[in-house]
Amino acid sequence: MNPLLKVENISKYYGSRLGCKDVNFDLYPGEVLGIVGESGSGKSTLLNCLAGHQEPDTGKVVFDTRADGPKDTVTMSEPERRMLSRTDWAFVHQNPRDGLRMGVSAGGNVGERLMAVGARHYGDIRGTAVDWLDKVEIAEDRTDDRPSEFSGGMQQRLQIARNLVTGPRLIFMDEPTGGLDVSVQARLLDLLRGLVRELGLSAIVVTHDLAVVRLLADRLMVMKDGRVIETGLTDQVLDDPQHGYTQLLVSSVLQV
Amino acid sequence: MSTEYNFAYLDEQTKRMIRRALLKGVAIPGYQVPFASREMPMPYGWGTGGVQVTAACLKPDDTLKVIDQGADDTTNAVSIRKFFEKTAAVAVSEKTEESTVIQTRHRIPEQDLTEDQILVYQVPIPEPLRFLEPRETETRKMHALEEYGLMHVKLYEDIARHGRIATSYAYPVKVEGRYVMDPSPIPKFDNPKMEMAALQLFGAGREQRIYAVPPYTKVVSLDFEDHPFEKGGAPQACGLCDAHDAYLDEVIMDDAGTRMFVCSDTDYCRMRREAGHIGEMGVPLAEDAA
Amino acid sequence: MISIENVSKTFTLHNQNSAVIPVMVNANLRVAAGECVALTGASGAGKSTLMRMIYGNYLTQAGRIIVGELDIVTALPREILQLRRETLGYVSQFLRVVPRVATLDVVSEPMLAVGVARDTAHERARELLTRLRIPERLWLLSPLTFSGGEQQRVNIARGFAHEYPAMLLDEPTASLDVANRETVLSLIEEAKQRGAAIIGIFHDEAARKRACDRQIDVSVYTPRAS
Repeated sequence: MNPLLKVENISKYYGSRLGCKDVNFDLYPGEVLGIVGESGSGKSTLLNCLAGHQEPDTGKVVFDTRADGPKDTVTMSEPERRMLSRTDWAFVHQNPRDGLRMGVSAGGNVGERLMAVGARHYGDIRGTAVDWLDKVEIAEDRTDDRPSEFSGGMQQRLQIARNLVTGPRLIFMDEPTGGLDVSVQARLLDLLRGLVRELGLSAIVVTHDLAVVRLLADRLMVMKDGRVIETGLTDQVLDDPQHGYTQLLVSSVLQV
Repeated sequence: MSTEYNFAYLDEQTKRMIRRALLKGVAIPGYQVPFASREMPMPYGWGTGGVQVTAACLKPDDTLKVIDQGADDTTNAVSIRKFFEKTAAVAVSEKTEESTVIQTRHRIPEQDLTEDQILVYQVPIPEPLRFLEPRETETRKMHALEEYGLMHVKLYEDIARHGRIATSYAYPVKVEGRYVMDPSPIPKFDNPKMEMAALQLFGAGREQRIYAVPPYTKVVSLDFEDHPFEKGGAPQACGLCDAHDAYLDEVIMDDAGTRMFVCSDTDYCRMRREAGHIGEMGVPLAEDAA
Repeated sequence: MISIENVSKTFTLHNQNSAVIPVMVNANLRVAAGECVALTGASGAGKSTLMRMIYGNYLTQAGRIIVGELDIVTALPREILQLRRETLGYVSQFLRVVPRVATLDVVSEPMLAVGVARDTAHERARELLTRLRIPERLWLLSPLTFSGGEQQRVNIARGFAHEYPAMLLDEPTASLDVANRETVLSLIEEAKQRGAAIIGIFHDEAARKRACDRQIDVSVYTPRAS
């Protein structure tokens, strides 16, 4: 089995300041990788470099494309990369406002990616949109409502539906449950787990919430000061952390 | 002619600059070419973009016609016509077939135009994606990469809300299979006419953009397979000239709400009445004049 | 099926003057298919630690831990994940699940993960929950709202849902009444009969004697206090 994503020596500097440095990992189909670290550890920079939102200074992000097999997305042409991010990739933002069109109905938000890849039959587009809204537990009678009329949890679920409608194989998530009530978080986590399993999705989840990665991620990468300091199975890293910083991080979590 | 003005008001350098933009626009149909729009002696929104394009196109032997919503006799049309009479001393006309340059706001004449004519549109907002994507950097990229899914989102929203595509003017088109373009706020009734023999030039003064549709260019109105584009049109005939195929204006006749539908293209209506067509509420032309 | 050879484990506490605490030295253990082996020893002797090392939950510093064909000590994370999905089951003392997920789905999940159809998985889950005397009215509720004993039984149902060839059981009969203890013991016997290799920790001596063929005192592998 080939890795879906092969990340080699990714480094990113902001002027002289370090964003992230020498990051390497492979992600296989169906795997969920968690990236944890505190604010400023470089985890969001890394995610943005991986997803093509920022250009890394060095390194490769090789994605196993459907058509041409493994291709470096850093040196890929912009149209090709943008096409990838509309089809095989998905990005779930922490703030739904960054990932949704707030002035467009829920159905239109979900339908946009379909129309972007050439769907031109209104009935079909709407049918698919309604199906996906149902999958993320948004009732059909809310299809024509705008996301601005939705709760935070619903907005986040809508963002997920909008992203998954074109059947992507890799989904990037930046603090997907951040800013949500704990009860809403749980429902979203369960939804994500089910979708990841049923659709065979691979995912990279950036979060500072160790409870989220324990439930969502198979593997874990711990970042500090722009570098990856520890990797491994999620439960192994959390239960038997090897690096001092990870030990500190794990022991700092408040028990409920 | 008042000698204080250069021919057609603008200096020659400016006209050259505009012509270069026009040539680029013609070379890339539907593509919005930035240009250094000048201050004109009229406010934005009164056709400053169209006026600059017209100024750059006019030759001393041209005949100019100016229409606003199809009519030659509205304030805006009259002012612009007078402006060029004064600054370029060109012949002016209200007759479509006599004119070589026609500047228009919000209509395409009913009569077919010819290869010898230029149609200049006044454009308020040239970017068709603007209302969905406010960032200019992003809309430019979307045009460059042909990412036009968003345009259909707008039409999708229409159908979701109204059961049909309710956009009735400034209806987006795809030009020569490449660029999506705002045809300026003409009624969608006029969209099919854009595949024409004449050269079509578009000027947006405030937004500083010029674009063009060369003669016989393919212009397709965007739609869905199950909601195809329909040009629409009134079920009535023109009350004055009995035209069934023209775009009509609704006119309120009295305080009791009596209505009448008449051609918005005044020249077309006149021509038909001269040819003897009489509508339900019309009278023969000679009596009307008397 | 499970083979542990010269296995050692230390904890390094970086935030406490980098204290290195050896917890296991040169442990050896072999469990054949169809066999159940009990780990014994005083509290703190390292029974759970060894179990977690076999599951890949704790890292092992030296030696080999072979489960099926795979050496856990050197395996890649994804190899361990695949092993856990298909081959190696683990019933811990604590239920760890996503909040607000129905008990029926919690129990079905390991089966869905190996591609069992939802209906079939639910059917097996119902059967197990019935055997473990979880009242049907609770099946659609999250087990996190249940009592300790009920949670433990849901955990067992989940652990036995997929027929793993190798299983680790950490105190499966603790806090259970007689009838449920009996059910768990018969589940273990059934697993052995179909050829599962089982390592268990049983506080309850009678249960240990019933379920296990042998027992290993792990305190012989515990380093003497230094």
